[in-house]
Amino acid sequence: MNEIMTFIVTLIVAAISYSTPLLFGTLGEILTEKSGNLNLGVEGIMYMGGAIGLGGVFYYEKIVGAGNANVIVAFAVAILFALLAGALASLIFSFITITLRANQNVTGLALSIFGTGVGQFVGEYMRIQAGGYVSISNDLKEAFIASPFPNFLQNIPIIGDILFGHSFFFYLAVVLAICLHIFLKKTRTGLYLRSVGESPATADAAGINVTKNKYLATIIGGGISAIGGMVYIVTLAGCTWNHEGLAGFGWLAVALVIFCLWRPLSAIWGSVLFGALMILYTRLQIPFIPTELYKILPYVVTVVVLVISSMRNNKEKQPPASLGLAYFREER
Amino acid sequence: MAALETVYAIELRNITKRFGSVVANDGICLGLQRGKVLALLGENGSGKTTLMNMLAGIYLPDEGEILADGEPVTIRSPKDSFKYKIGMIHQHFKLVDVFTAAENIVLGLNDGKHDMKAVNAKVREICERYGFDIDPTKKIYDMSVSQKQTVEIVKVLYRGADILILDEPTAVLTPQETERLFDVLRNMRADGKAIVIITHKLNEVMAISDEVAVLRKGKYIGTVKTAETTAQQLTDMMVGRSVTLNIDRPKYENPLPRMKVEGLTCINGEGIKKLKDVSFVAMGGEILGVAGIAGSGQKELLESIAGLCPIANGSILYTPIDGNETQLVGKTPKQIKNAGVALAFVPEDRLGMGLVGSMGMTGNMMLRSWKKGWGPFVNRKDPENLANKIWHDLEVVTPSVDFPVRRMSGGNVQKVLVGREIASAPSVFMSAYAVRGLDINTSYTIYNLMTEQKMRGAAVIFVGEDLDVLLELCDKILVLCGGEVSGIVDARTATKEEIGLLMTTVGGKEAE
Repeated sequence: MNEIMTFIVTLIVAAISYSTPLLFGTLGEILTEKSGNLNLGVEGIMYMGGAIGLGGVFYYEKIVGAGNANVIVAFAVAILFALLAGALASLIFSFITITLRANQNVTGLALSIFGTGVGQFVGEYMRIQAGGYVSISNDLKEAFIASPFPNFLQNIPIIGDILFGHSFFFYLAVVLAICLHIFLKKTRTGLYLRSVGESPATADAAGINVTKNKYLATIIGGGISAIGGMVYIVTLAGCTWNHEGLAGFGWLAVALVIFCLWRPLSAIWGSVLFGALMILYTRLQIPFIPTELYKILPYVVTVVVLVISSMRNNKEKQPPASLGLAYFREER
Repeated sequence: MAALETVYAIELRNITKRFGSVVANDGICLGLQRGKVLALLGENGSGKTTLMNMLAGIYLPDEGEILADGEPVTIRSPKDSFKYKIGMIHQHFKLVDVFTAAENIVLGLNDGKHDMKAVNAKVREICERYGFDIDPTKKIYDMSVSQKQTVEIVKVLYRGADILILDEPTAVLTPQETERLFDVLRNMRADGKAIVIITHKLNEVMAISDEVAVLRKGKYIGTVKTAETTAQQLTDMMVGRSVTLNIDRPKYENPLPRMKVEGLTCINGEGIKKLKDVSFVAMGGEILGVAGIAGSGQKELLESIAGLCPIANGSILYTPIDGNETQLVGKTPKQIKNAGVALAFVPEDRLGMGLVGSMGMTGNMMLRSWKKGWGPFVNRKDPENLANKIWHDLEVVTPSVDFPVRRMSGGNVQKVLVGREIASAPSVFMSAYAVRGLDINTSYTIYNLMTEQKMRGAAVIFVGEDLDVLLELCDKILVLCGGEVSGIVDARTATKEEIGLLMTTVGGKEAE
């Protein structure tokens, strides 16, 4: 009994640590898609966020000297650099798809390839510059994975582990999900943004600036997605450039957006579920079942959710109506 | 003409708008007065909507000026348009389906707080004042077309619009709903609003407007007072010359039953019965008109005959001249063709179902004959000849037979489609809304082509929306109501009122 309990608790804890990068990636993509832009470049954006976020921390520590680094500044630098990297990548995407009205799928796929390339280049460059591997002081490494809650809360059996034992980034992502939910559902600006994604012609006729909304949502969304890549590198990868580990997070984030039906609050538990499915093969080994089969589980559940939600034909649980389409006012 | 000192709510002076080499509006002058309804009359493509879109901030005029209360203004965006209290109700509703009525109404407003309760209350208040009936918390996808239109009107009133522009507001309404809309418009006129109604229906112009401005091919023809004009004068202004309002309807000697439909029932993907026990006989040498409110099963009726819609029950028997009956139920379009049934179908969605938009006329002709030719190669010669023939016979305006049909105007697209279908010498010719969006001249061309088919002895089934046309063109009219046949009448003796009643009632019962 106790063993099973321990197994479940450790599985949930591990799932949550894997869920954090996913959750950032997904929240960013939800914001983007709510504006009607389907940015398939999340994979590339997360790579860029990972490499450049890590670079930010690495060079910050190099400048101030190991041991003198301020933890809060290090967090801010990591988040800011990742955010800017993602925003820049999304700006390119926005310019091509919104201003030049190119096909979003093609552009997104190109951005994925471009972004993984840039991420790899920056990551490898830093590795070689640093002589073998990027080294960040242990103080910072620990700070990145440490829980922001006091010890007595973390020491509560089971609950402490599940609720209070995670990295600061996880709580940041949850707060972000709640904020995004409130923004989309409860504010006028959020209503306008959703109208742009549902029916840009309607929004335009109502005097809403479609181009501005699409640009802002895509750029900020890309920035948020990029933070996910950085979070993977500084927490799960232990502050080293690990492109193999990061591979696939972006695509899972795109799938998770569909899985949670474009709802930020559902993304919270959805990301934990996906996180659990991602690591299940390391925890629950069943003979004769190859790990590859485990790894397709998140995609399988996404397909199942898509099938069920299409069959139920609920108008509320559909993608934004103009997702993936370019808008041109004078089109006849 | 108005006196010189009249200050118009909105005045347009010498407005010109071009799309590439096409001049959509050419030096138009127009004045809107408060407390008056101005009808903007013109054929399709005469530039009515383009002109009003410049007031709505959708397009920017290339030349000319717009004056609001005597002051020159520039309307660059819909936002500017609201500033001058102009509200436009577009023909295609600009509403977000998954939002509530109230959420749609506040879209784009900058009034600080996002308080839906206050918005709902204000919407209810507007509804009461003008006699609308909508629930602000209802989602748009749950609404009927006329309710959606109401939301559009409330939307502009909520913004305090004083100048309302309605683009073909009655195109989607039943006669009863139209009457209700006109009542509301009269209330608003009494409230001192300036109203523009874009239309090409003369009876509505006479019923509601105070003044009529006529456009023809982008040019301003003139403004007349409704009380001082006649339908004949307006028609002359609109088309430039007198067109015979009578559609030629010769009688075919000895019509024979061509297609017998019995107990036809269709259930769509959502499990809703779209056709209930429909029975009729289509005669060779007759035009059978199909009337009904949009969505009463017209589409399913034609598609089930063409073999495109699954049939739950019933039979469709085809009788050729030599007398061997063929059952069409359960056959695919290909099997129907192989069984020797010459069926021609001009669907409602011309570019979606009828033609390939990015191909030229020749390519589209090949859609009917792609199986001919040797081995894997198609025969290009015959389709090209056919395309050339249609181009000249039907006077299709296109630079060449290889010009993408998508870039032709609606009337020319329809000519290409009808021309192709007629070329197959059909014994059953079906068309849905064949003249929707076409100007009067092209409409008559299409009517004549259908009459020609009838005189050849083909059975023609024509789904229409304009009752006047149905009454003048067809031999018999089948009226659908909620998927049921509510009556089949002789078009030569039936009245419009009779059909209007059948459209809304089945066997004396109100339709749901």
